[in-house]
Amino acid sequence: MSTVLEVRNLQVSFKTHGGEVQAVRGVSFDLKEGETIAIVGESGCGKSVTSQTIMRLLPSPPSVIKGGEILFDGKDLTKVSEKEMEKIRGTQIAMIFQDPMTSLNPTMTVGSQIMEGIIKHQKMNKADAKKKAIEMLRLVGIPSPEKRFNQYPHQFSGGMRQRAMIAIALACAPKVLIADEPTTALDVTIQAQIIDLMKDLQKKIKTSIILITHDLGVVADIAERVVVMYAGKVVESGKLEEIFYNPKHPYTWGLLASMPRLDQTSDQELLPIPGTPPDLFKPPKGCPFAARCKHAMKICLEEMPDTTEVSSTHQVACWLTHPMAPKVEPPAAAVGGE
Amino acid sequence: MNQENKIQAVKQEELEAKKKEDKAEQDIILDVQNLKKHFKIGRQIVQAVDGVTFQVRRGETLGLVGESGCGKSTVGRTLIRLYSATDGKVIFNGEDVHQLKGQKLKEFNRKMQMIFQDPYASLNPRMKVLDIIAEGMDIHGLATGEEREKRVVELLETVGLNKSHLERYPHEFSGGQRQRIGIARALAVEPDFIIADEPISALDVSIQAQVVNLMKRLQKERGLTYLFIAHDLSMVKYISDRVGVMYLGNLVELADSDKLYEEPLHPYTEALLSAVPIPDPKVAKTRERIILQGDVPSPINPPSGCRFRTRCPKVKDICSQVIPEWKEIKENHWVACHLYS
Repeated sequence: MSTVLEVRNLQVSFKTHGGEVQAVRGVSFDLKEGETIAIVGESGCGKSVTSQTIMRLLPSPPSVIKGGEILFDGKDLTKVSEKEMEKIRGTQIAMIFQDPMTSLNPTMTVGSQIMEGIIKHQKMNKADAKKKAIEMLRLVGIPSPEKRFNQYPHQFSGGMRQRAMIAIALACAPKVLIADEPTTALDVTIQAQIIDLMKDLQKKIKTSIILITHDLGVVADIAERVVVMYAGKVVESGKLEEIFYNPKHPYTWGLLASMPRLDQTSDQELLPIPGTPPDLFKPPKGCPFAARCKHAMKICLEEMPDTTEVSSTHQVACWLTHPMAPKVEPPAAAVGGE
Repeated sequence: MNQENKIQAVKQEELEAKKKEDKAEQDIILDVQNLKKHFKIGRQIVQAVDGVTFQVRRGETLGLVGESGCGKSTVGRTLIRLYSATDGKVIFNGEDVHQLKGQKLKEFNRKMQMIFQDPYASLNPRMKVLDIIAEGMDIHGLATGEEREKRVVELLETVGLNKSHLERYPHEFSGGQRQRIGIARALAVEPDFIIADEPISALDVSIQAQVVNLMKRLQKERGLTYLFIAHDLSMVKYISDRVGVMYLGNLVELADSDKLYEEPLHPYTEALLSAVPIPDPKVAKTRERIILQGDVPSPINPPSGCRFRTRCPKVKDICSQVIPEWKEIKENHWVACHLYS
């Protein structure tokens, strides 16, 4: 499989009156053709800033790309002009957002919102674009699409709006789809519908998906690889099974152990991660997780660990992997029922 | 007062005492009988809650789950009299909540407290933490002066904050910390019963576990009773002794939480449980899921008969004609479904 998108050492900051917020501090990952990767982490970890930088959606100022590159289709997206970006955005890389209530235009019919992109990017005439839009509505599972085409977003339910968003995003058959918390605002039964739809569409359209979420349940269902972010950095990345069954970073352990599982009957105590994430105005010098880490050593507070390879597909940035470090076992609750 | 009246009065008293004793035996703290709450919107009526019946035992956690719009929050808000009930009764500690007046009402307001979903919206941004937490104590005259501050500090420490936070404003805190302040405020008036309406939904996963563990600890220490309203089924299962499932204004199933998850009887419960994502790739890839078609219908014009019938995979003819009865099918396992009648 060839690589579609490559993010190398990306750094993004926001200039504010209070100082510089270093939201993304050196993030690297790649995305292969037709695969789904998940970026997981808590609010403020930089996962959404990373995705919005790939789309170049962040206004500058206040945002500044401090360094790194985003390689896509032979170009570095951190350097392209807004005009060039307009050609990529929507056609080659598309995005769906968390909140389907606010990301659709309430004054336009759903149909014309889907047509908008098709007409602009694919140079179709109105009649053809309409046909294509109705076809897209049918593809995402909206019943009686001819009737729905002329309706406004407020006449759609939450799940239907998210389907419409997906139809807009996929109308130009993009190479990359960025889904930023696509199911967070939805109820579980509707969430299950949307996840199924995304899996199904990926088979049909062969788009690569970057899924941004905090829900490890959704990740286990849909992703092939996982990137775990914390305080603007990637702390661990690997194949789905590697992250869930052989996690190496204490933060990943914490995430896995702090969530109760529906299929567990035992009365295990939840293991919360104590404290709160660091302030990104003044990110710590060493490992950002050290202050909340049970296994933190002196060096963790002083120096950021390098990325080490657990396997060719599994990387972790933690001092515990150093040969001189004590051997620490992950908590039982983090490694599932194995 | 003549002899006969006296005897009657004594008998009445005895009867009342006996009733109270019976109640104590079952130890039901809250008895909700056929509670309804309808909202008028223009000429239309939204049947947000349409006849729910359940009991909460002293010291337990009852979870209430369901999708948005099922009426679970409305139930919570009607129980605590934020809304007046359209019909039905709420009996708290043997008294009808919606008939209370004067001193008794004030006492009720103290005994039942609420923790809200959005810790950003439920704290007054212009008040200091000290005053936010002490407000209830002031109203009920529980403590003044130094004693007041001392108790607030104790409460802050109980919820994992400290003295240095007293003079700060809500915006200086993170979401998890604000939720802790909300919990401290609820505890300040020494309630018996706490309604927690989605108390952790707005928090990050690692912080959710902190708050849930805190709530569990407080329950043990203070013998609190919780009504825990949430849509996150795994968390509800974790914290609750019993769980009730709501759909479109009705309770469809209520059982011990392990029992409910092991052996769901109502098709809606079954579908809901199967839709919950499980953070385990092997389980996620192999398990069978029931994907419900369509959306929840509008509570303005709900389907006839069983309200779930429009999405039910096991629908029968009778479902559109007759409203299924709310029945105890097995011991402590209530369900409203024609499959079991």
